[in-house]
Amino acid sequence: MKYFLQRIGFYVFTAWAAITLNFFIPRMVPGDPVQSLIAKYKGQLSTDAMQSLYILFGLDQHKSMWAEYVDYWKQIFHGDLGLSFTFFPAPVSQVISQALPWTLLLVGITTIISFLLGTSLGVVAGWRRGSWTDGLLPVTTFFSSVPYFWLGIIAIYLLAGPDSFFPSSGGFDSGLVPAWDQYFIPSAIQHSLLPALTILISSVSGWILSMRNMMVTVASEDYITVAHAKGLSERRVALSYAARNALLPNVSGFALSLGFIVGGTLLVEIVFSYPGLGFTLLQALGARDYPLMQGIFLIITIAVLVANLLADIAYLLLDPRTRKDG
Amino acid sequence: MAEPVLEIRNLNVDYGLGDRAVHAVRDVNLTLHRGEVLGLAGESGSGKSTLAYGLTRLLAPPGVITGGQVIYHPAQGSSYDVLALSDNGLREWRWAETAIVFQGAMNSLNPVHKISTQLMDVLKAHEPNMSAHSRAARAREMLKLVGISADRMDAYPHQLSGGMRQRVMIGMALILQPQVVIMDEPTTALDVVMQRQILGQLIELRERLGFSVIFITHDLSLLVEFSNRIAIMYGGRIVEEAPANTIYRDALHPYSKGLLSSFPALRGPRRELTGIPGSPPDLAGMPAGCSFHPRCPKAFEPCGSAIPVLGRPDTPDGAGRSVACWLHPAEQPVG
Amino acid sequence: MTIPTSSIEQVIPGQGAMAQPSAKPAKAKRQRFLFVRNTKAATGLVVLGVYVLLAIIGPWIAPYDPSGRSNDLVQGPSAAHWFGTTHLGQDIFSQILVGTRSVMYVGFLAGLIATTLSVLIGVTAGYLGGKTDDSLSALTNVILVIPAIPLMIIITSVLNNASDTLIAVVIGLTSWSWNARVLRAQTLSLRRRDFVEASRASGETTWRIVIFELLPNLTAVIASGLVGTVIYAVLSEITLAFIGITSNDGWNWGTILFWAQGQQALGQHAWWWFVPAGLAIACLGTALSLINFGIDEFVSPRLRSAGKTKLKTAAGHTVRMRIGFTPVLENSAAPHTHARVISTPVMREAK
Ligand SMILES: Nc1ncnc2c1ncn2[C@@H]1O[C@H](COP(=O)(O)OP(=O)(O)OP(=O)(O)O)[C@@H](O)[C@H]1O
Ligand code: SF4
Ligand SMILES: [Mg+2]
Repeated sequence: MKYFLQRIGFYVFTAWAAITLNFFIPRMVPGDPVQSLIAKYKGQLSTDAMQSLYILFGLDQHKSMWAEYVDYWKQIFHGDLGLSFTFFPAPVSQVISQALPWTLLLVGITTIISFLLGTSLGVVAGWRRGSWTDGLLPVTTFFSSVPYFWLGIIAIYLLAGPDSFFPSSGGFDSGLVPAWDQYFIPSAIQHSLLPALTILISSVSGWILSMRNMMVTVASEDYITVAHAKGLSERRVALSYAARNALLPNVSGFALSLGFIVGGTLLVEIVFSYPGLGFTLLQALGARDYPLMQGIFLIITIAVLVANLLADIAYLLLDPRTRKDG
Repeated sequence: MAEPVLEIRNLNVDYGLGDRAVHAVRDVNLTLHRGEVLGLAGESGSGKSTLAYGLTRLLAPPGVITGGQVIYHPAQGSSYDVLALSDNGLREWRWAETAIVFQGAMNSLNPVHKISTQLMDVLKAHEPNMSAHSRAARAREMLKLVGISADRMDAYPHQLSGGMRQRVMIGMALILQPQVVIMDEPTTALDVVMQRQILGQLIELRERLGFSVIFITHDLSLLVEFSNRIAIMYGGRIVEEAPANTIYRDALHPYSKGLLSSFPALRGPRRELTGIPGSPPDLAGMPAGCSFHPRCPKAFEPCGSAIPVLGRPDTPDGAGRSVACWLHPAEQPVG
Repeated sequence: MTIPTSSIEQVIPGQGAMAQPSAKPAKAKRQRFLFVRNTKAATGLVVLGVYVLLAIIGPWIAPYDPSGRSNDLVQGPSAAHWFGTTHLGQDIFSQILVGTRSVMYVGFLAGLIATTLSVLIGVTAGYLGGKTDDSLSALTNVILVIPAIPLMIIITSVLNNASDTLIAVVIGLTSWSWNARVLRAQTLSLRRRDFVEASRASGETTWRIVIFELLPNLTAVIASGLVGTVIYAVLSEITLAFIGITSNDGWNWGTILFWAQGQQALGQHAWWWFVPAGLAIACLGTALSLINFGIDEFVSPRLRSAGKTKLKTAAGHTVRMRIGFTPVLENSAAPHTHARVISTPVMREAK
């Protein structure tokens, strides 16, 4: 429990750090682009919206940094992340809440599948060293050296096209309206297959490699020899003794690699014009839509922190040594 | 003499292959009799653990058994060569017939499972028809046997002290009532009081349950006290083997004498503590002839060129003991 | 430059040619072992060397001006344009050659910055311990969990037309935390070793101990961290260039991909436009990974490919080296008797 509280404390601290970072980054922006954007929309902006943009970008000359910081926090707590210029006059929070489910589903599901699949393959590769599974390693190395988005481009080139089953862009057929119905869901799944496959292929190799190495390391522990000496079945030794222990570092690795994976998947969304946060971020970049960019960064960070917390809980359940003491 | 339960014949174990192979165990012949405690002593690196793991085929790569036999005589039924068993045959044999307590048993327990799970999965593997209830009962009983209260059943290894973990391992080794228990320095990590306490317990259990023990240690004083017979290893070979008090009183091999003089006498007149000059041989570049000859105070002309064979010595009490030394040429080689 | 298919052999050495131990002369085998062991790192270093060379001489040997237009619009590979041309008739081969310098520059500069930071922060935290460790570790962990790519994207876009050097600084500043964590753990365990304890007891100054006792023992970890960060930095730079937020004065492989994507290379089936850049990245990444495998195996021998895993027994069976079931090379059909086998005395000649 103490361990768990420590972790929560750490994530709260990290969230604070990320939000504070988010407060300071725009203060590095030369004022002009935001000012000119505001000027452009002047007639259409309400005073409230103006006010929140001023706080976000520190444009108010009369306020102290500290006062701005306090106001900024107040705004965050009200879920007010400013207005998006790209999708004017939609508030950033609304734009994000439309894009977020797409990313969460695509990235969340694929990452979990990738982790489970890669870990299982890694168990086999590490346990049966010298068998055909070692042939996976060079392939694995190659795929983990390729940028995700390039693999996406190749996937589109090879597999997608007008006559292909796989659509090359978008999150659903353009004729449909998002809804939980029998037309929309299959179309959404169909559109997500290729991006998912891309993410899967790029990320699975890392899991295979790290799990394999952990298996190899664990296999020479004393308790594995004891398990063999006890005459347990190969399966039991491999899974309940070796893999069960090798899994622990891989789970903490999972937490730590999430940030990296999420970064890669944003780019895959861009390549596939998938309506998630990545693609939205690209649009924001093109329009220099700083409020939207920042909002996206904040949401991604918080999502990664939550995922980390979940991984921590999994670790806590898996390792008795952290459960009781420490 | 009691009938044999385990016969090791001409066992050879290498690390690595071909030219680079290190011959860690060579031509070892050793017989364990029913109900006895056979002590195995020797300096660090003499191949004691390699012998123990080799005969159970538990050596990790690059260990390879290059030849020999390990004949096992079960309580009922006919004898067989353990080294010739199939994988499944070997799995059945392990723990049910011969259990091992490992050197450095601190890490012998799987850190992520409760000790009850680890005790019971042996039963699950070897006695699949046993009910879950009686499995738990047996596990509890074994813990009681080694002096651990049953409420520690659900503890994880990290919650136990070193001595307790050691006892759990001993209890686990006895859970299937094997004929043979191999103990590789089971107590070196413990303090002296704890060591004697655990060993005393073990001997008591042996008298009750009637298994045989191969007991490995570099501590000859422990062996003299607790074992029936003692075998001394040097450079991968058995150099002397005799009843415990015979060795203590009258070791024939100069190396055994050296070992004995490196610890203080238990009883009787004080002996001079001398130890053995020089250092253990490098297995990769063994000296020709008797591998002990560079360090042997008594080395003479044949020692540097020909390997002495382990056999019954020419002394009056030669029956029931054997030695590999040119001072006492074998009348009847073992093996 | 092709995909190193031969790496399959590097990873599983000892299949085929080495399957029969007894027949081969052992000398040859030993050399082969050494050779195989070094192959990964050696291959990686050679490939990396080629890239470094291209980074230096690329702009001089490029057949065309990478930005120079021509009338051969979106042409496939030909003798005149090995990798084809872009929508403006620019020579893609020249773009790749010229772009190598920017990629290598950013990769290594960012790698150096990150490695320096990680050594400073990780070793200090691990060696000094206490409050210093607590705060440095917290800093490290915070940076570690904040997703780096989105952060880099935001900062770069705020910086507006960032130059290569600026990009390298941004990447370096955001990617040191992983190595710092590893180094801290290593330092902690080193600090408890005898030789460090001894120097401390003998009153050596902290900095002398760190520089002469600790750092030499951390070399492998630092090197592998550097190599890892270079891979990461290269991927990051290319990502930033691909989404078009870096300065577009120069060329790098990401810029090529940016134009390919923006000009619908896919729709025009112009595979030559994006394939070479991707393969260049992949080969560089693979080479660096190979170097790291070499370092890893050097540091922890357990990871070394098991060498030969299949053995032939005297009876002609093939057995596998594996944990828990030691192979038995030779055993006669056992005479199952209780009787002691007594053979005639044998005196062996010494070898
Ligand atoms: N994996 C290995 N590769 C090469 N040689 C090895 C390997 N493992 C052990 N050896 C060598 O085999 C010899 C015998 O080792 P072993 O562990 O059997 O000694 P021991 O008698 O049990 O010593 P200790 O009393 O220290 O436990 C040693 O000289 C050791 O150097
Ligand atoms: S054979 Fe020779 S060298 Fe070896 S122990 Fe006997 S006397 Fe010493
Ligand atoms: Mg040993």
